Amino acid sequence: MSDETRLRYVLRLADTSLVLGQRLAEWVGHAPALEEDLGLANTSLDLIGQTRFLLTYAGEIEGRGRSEDDLAYLRDQAEFLNLALVEQPNGDFGQTIVRQMLVDAFQLKLYDALQSSTDRRLAEIAAKALKETRYHFRYSANWVIRLGDGTEESHARVQAALDSLWRFTREFFTADEVDEAMARKQVGPSLAQLQPGWSARVDEVLHEAGLKRPADAPYPWHGKRGQHSEHLGYLLAEMQSLHRAHPGASW
Amino acid sequence: MSVRELPPRAGRASEVWRVLETVQDPEIPVLSIVDLGIVRHVRWKADGVLYVGLTPTYSGCPATEMIRALVERALNRAGYQSAVIEEILSPPWSSDWLSEEGRRKLSTFGIAPPAEAVGSPKRLFGSLPIACPRCASEETELISEFGSTPCKAHYRCTACLEPFDLFKCI
Repeated sequence: MSDETRLRYVLRLADTSLVLGQRLAEWVGHAPALEEDLGLANTSLDLIGQTRFLLTYAGEIEGRGRSEDDLAYLRDQAEFLNLALVEQPNGDFGQTIVRQMLVDAFQLKLYDALQSSTDRRLAEIAAKALKETRYHFRYSANWVIRLGDGTEESHARVQAALDSLWRFTREFFTADEVDEAMARKQVGPSLAQLQPGWSARVDEVLHEAGLKRPADAPYPWHGKRGQHSEHLGYLLAEMQSLHRAHPGASW
Repeated sequence: MSVRELPPRAGRASEVWRVLETVQDPEIPVLSIVDLGIVRHVRWKADGVLYVGLTPTYSGCPATEMIRALVERALNRAGYQSAVIEEILSPPWSSDWLSEEGRRKLSTFGIAPPAEAVGSPKRLFGSLPIACPRCASEETELISEFGSTPCKAHYRCTACLEPFDLFKCI
């Protein structure tokens, strides 16, 4: 197993957190209520904090002296290896919260498994992230239930969000050669083994919310292989513009 | 690991601990960073250099870098110019590490301290009765899992009607 494989694996984890954190940060000042503004901003902060640990580690694996900032701000779209779901636009609050719940439920299973990774650094980061992710899931799951079991309007909106986002979840559990190599080394879990636990947890929320689970889509997205939807480029353009215009800028 | 298992604060290390006790948490200034349980070790390595281990409360807590700068300044002033500050991730910080004194200070300041023994995820979200720090009533309700800083949640007392912060149990 080359370090290149481990690097790609860590970048996938880092980029998924970073892009989702950036998406949530777009809500700051725009959320439907002050509490939700704080909730989304705090979740974003946790995700970006987790990203910093992961990108710093990625830079060390790569060994070319790139810092967390270099990796976040100076890579192009095709070099980002995040899951395609997290780059999908925020839409309304319901869509953001459905996306969040689907990812939170996945990260709960993933970080739980990564706590026993043979890669000690990853195990440490996962143990830290897991505690925070439990909070995120609690928040997003509660909101999916409130909106799904709310008014006709809120129910219709979150069901529509679920129907449009579900097709991106197949990527979570579609292992490629990187995932397989990492699972063989017991660095990462077998993705297929994570699926039943994820599915049960999500079903529980959907049941409580009175939402209908969409049919699985045949095509898996490949964001973690650098193949993105059209939305990531715009997100990166905004996130990276300051650093690219003023390299090394600091407060 | 509990806070009680921290290394003994004897000899020259105890002087450093005293310096660290003067460093306040920038977001909850009634607490020192020692009260908060984020100082993980104070030790000299074979090279004769002093190492101070700090752990973040939350991964994205914006106060982390500020705290590091405050620690550097306090150590410098106390004559430990070449001290090295290490970031420790494992084991991850727990609100269980808050000192008894820290809990008392929080309560006096108007922030409900975290419930103890947070091993079970059920207890993470205030399933335990949370007492109002103002009137001590346990008739309180959660307004939001998130509050004014990453380490706090937002509650309301239904007896005295005052809103208050709970130091999250994690």
